[in-house]
Amino acid sequence: MSNGTSGFEEILLEVRDLVVVYDGIRALQGVSFTVLKGEIVTLIGANGAGKTSILRAISGLVPYQGAILFEERDLKRVPAHRIVGLGIAQVPEGRGIFGSLTVLENLRLATWQRADKGELEADYDRVFQIFPRLRERQHQAGGTLSGGEQQMLAVARALMSRGRLMLLDEPSMGLSPRLVQDIFRVIEEINRTGVTILLVEQNANMALRIASRAYVLETGSVMLSGTGRELLGDPRVKEAYLGA
Amino acid sequence: MSEGIVYWLQQVLNALQLGSIYALIALGYTMVYGILTMINFAHGDVFMVGAFFCFLAAVYLGLPFVPTLLLTMLGAALLGVMIERLAYKPLRHAPRVSAIITALGVGIFLENFTLALAPYPKNIPMLLENVTWNLGGVSLSSLQLIIILLSLGLMFLLDFVVHRTPVGMAMRAISWDKTFVPLMGVPVDLIISITFAIGAGLAGAAGTMYGLAYPVIDPYMGIMVGWKAFISAVVGGIGNIRGAMIGAYILGGVEIMVAAFLPSTYRDFVAFTLLLLLLIVRPYGILGSPRIQKV
Repeated sequence: MSNGTSGFEEILLEVRDLVVVYDGIRALQGVSFTVLKGEIVTLIGANGAGKTSILRAISGLVPYQGAILFEERDLKRVPAHRIVGLGIAQVPEGRGIFGSLTVLENLRLATWQRADKGELEADYDRVFQIFPRLRERQHQAGGTLSGGEQQMLAVARALMSRGRLMLLDEPSMGLSPRLVQDIFRVIEEINRTGVTILLVEQNANMALRIASRAYVLETGSVMLSGTGRELLGDPRVKEAYLGA
Repeated sequence: MSEGIVYWLQQVLNALQLGSIYALIALGYTMVYGILTMINFAHGDVFMVGAFFCFLAAVYLGLPFVPTLLLTMLGAALLGVMIERLAYKPLRHAPRVSAIITALGVGIFLENFTLALAPYPKNIPMLLENVTWNLGGVSLSSLQLIIILLSLGLMFLLDFVVHRTPVGMAMRAISWDKTFVPLMGVPVDLIISITFAIGAGLAGAAGTMYGLAYPVIDPYMGIMVGWKAFISAVVGGIGNIRGAMIGAYILGGVEIMVAAFLPSTYRDFVAFTLLLLLLIVRPYGILGSPRIQKV
C-alpha cells in the first residue's frame, strides 16, 4: 500500500478536468480524481481551495465544465434532485438543517426519491440506533438542536436516502474536539457498512487518519495525492496543514 | 336581544364574510413570499381574472355553482403557474427589484388584457338561491354562510397540506432555505409551481365568492382588494400562513366596524392608520419573526 493505492479496485466516482466558475472567477481549474468503491477519500486544503465547489458540482448544485461519472454514468445532464436518487447523498457545509421542520420531517424529506417507502420505519430505527439523541428529539424543530446534534441529523438524513456514496463537507466545523471524534467514528462506522465516503475537511489531521486515500487541493488544483498515511508523513503536508 | 347587540353581531357576520375573502387572497401573497421571498404584485389581478372566469363559466357555459367554482379555481391555478413559468422563473437569480417590477407589469397586463376583452363591467348571475334567515334580529344569508364556511374549509385544507403532507414539508423546507433542498431529492421547481397553483387557485375561489357577493365585476376590481389582502398578509406576518388568515380577519373586522360606527368615508383612513400603528409595534407582523440565521 505504499505505492499510493488503497487496495480497492472498482471505480465508483470519477472526476475529470472539473472547472467551476463563479461570477467570472475560476474556483476550480481542472481537477481530476477518482473514488473507489469502499474507500474513504478525503480532500484537504485551505479555505478557498475549491473543496466545497467540487462537492456542489457532484451534487449538481452548480454548473461545471469537465466530466463527473458515477458508476460510469455521466452526471452532466442529471438534474440536482435526481442525483440523490442515483445514490449520492451529501452532508452539506453548515449542515443545511431545515430549522422549521422537526427532526423526523428532516429525515423524511431526504427519502423523497426513494421508491421503497415501506422500509422507512426500519431505517428511522437504524439511524436512531446510531444517534440515540435524535430519537429523543424526533418531534423537536431542527432549529432547536445544538450544533453537534444538527451535524448528527445531517449525517442521519444522508443515511436515510440510502446513498452508496456519501459526500461530507466539513463535518467537524464548529464542533468541540470530543464531538469531532464522535463524528469521525460514525463516518468510519458508516463506511464499514459499505458506504463509500468522500470527505472534505480542514481538520487535515483527523481526516488523513481515517482516509484510505487523500488529495491536497491548492487554489483550485490537485497538488498532491496519496494514501492517508503517506500524506500524514509528507513534509509539505505537515508544514502547510498539520501545523508541525 | 337588545338592538345594540344585534347590530354588533350583524357587523361581526359581515366582517367574517369580508375577512374570509381577504384571507383567501392573502394566503397567495404569503405563500409565494414564504417560498421565493418575492411579493407577487400580480396576485390581486389573478383574483380579478378569477372573477371573470366565474362569469365565463356561469354565463357562457351555463354551469351551476359547484362546477363554476371548481373550473374557476382550476383556471386561476393554471394562470398562476403560467405567470411563474413565463415571467418570474427567468428572473429568479436577477435582482429582487426586477422581479417586483415584472410582477407589477404582469398585473397591468392582466388588467388591460381583460379590459380589451371586456370593456364594460359584467354582471355575474345568481348561481345560488339566496335564502335569508332571521336569527333573533340578526340576518344571515345563505350566500354569507357559504362564503364563510367554504373559505374556512379551504383554509383548513391548506393548513393540512402545508403541515401534514410531503409537498407541504417541501414547501416549508424551501421557505427555510432552498439552497440544499435539491440534496434531499426534492424537485424545487415543481414545488414552486404547486405553490403558485394553490395560491392562485385560492384567489380564484375568492374571485368566485366576491363575484357572488358583489356581482358587478370589472378589470380593476383586483387592485384595491389585492392591496388589502397584501396588507393582511403583512399584518399577520408575511410568509406565515396562519398569520395571513388572522391578518385578513383583523382587517375585515376593522373595516366593517369603522364603517358601522363612523362615517363610511373614514373606513380606509382609520383602518390603515390602525394597521400602520400595529406594524410600528410589531414590525414583523403578528405571527412573523425575524429569521435567526444559524450557521
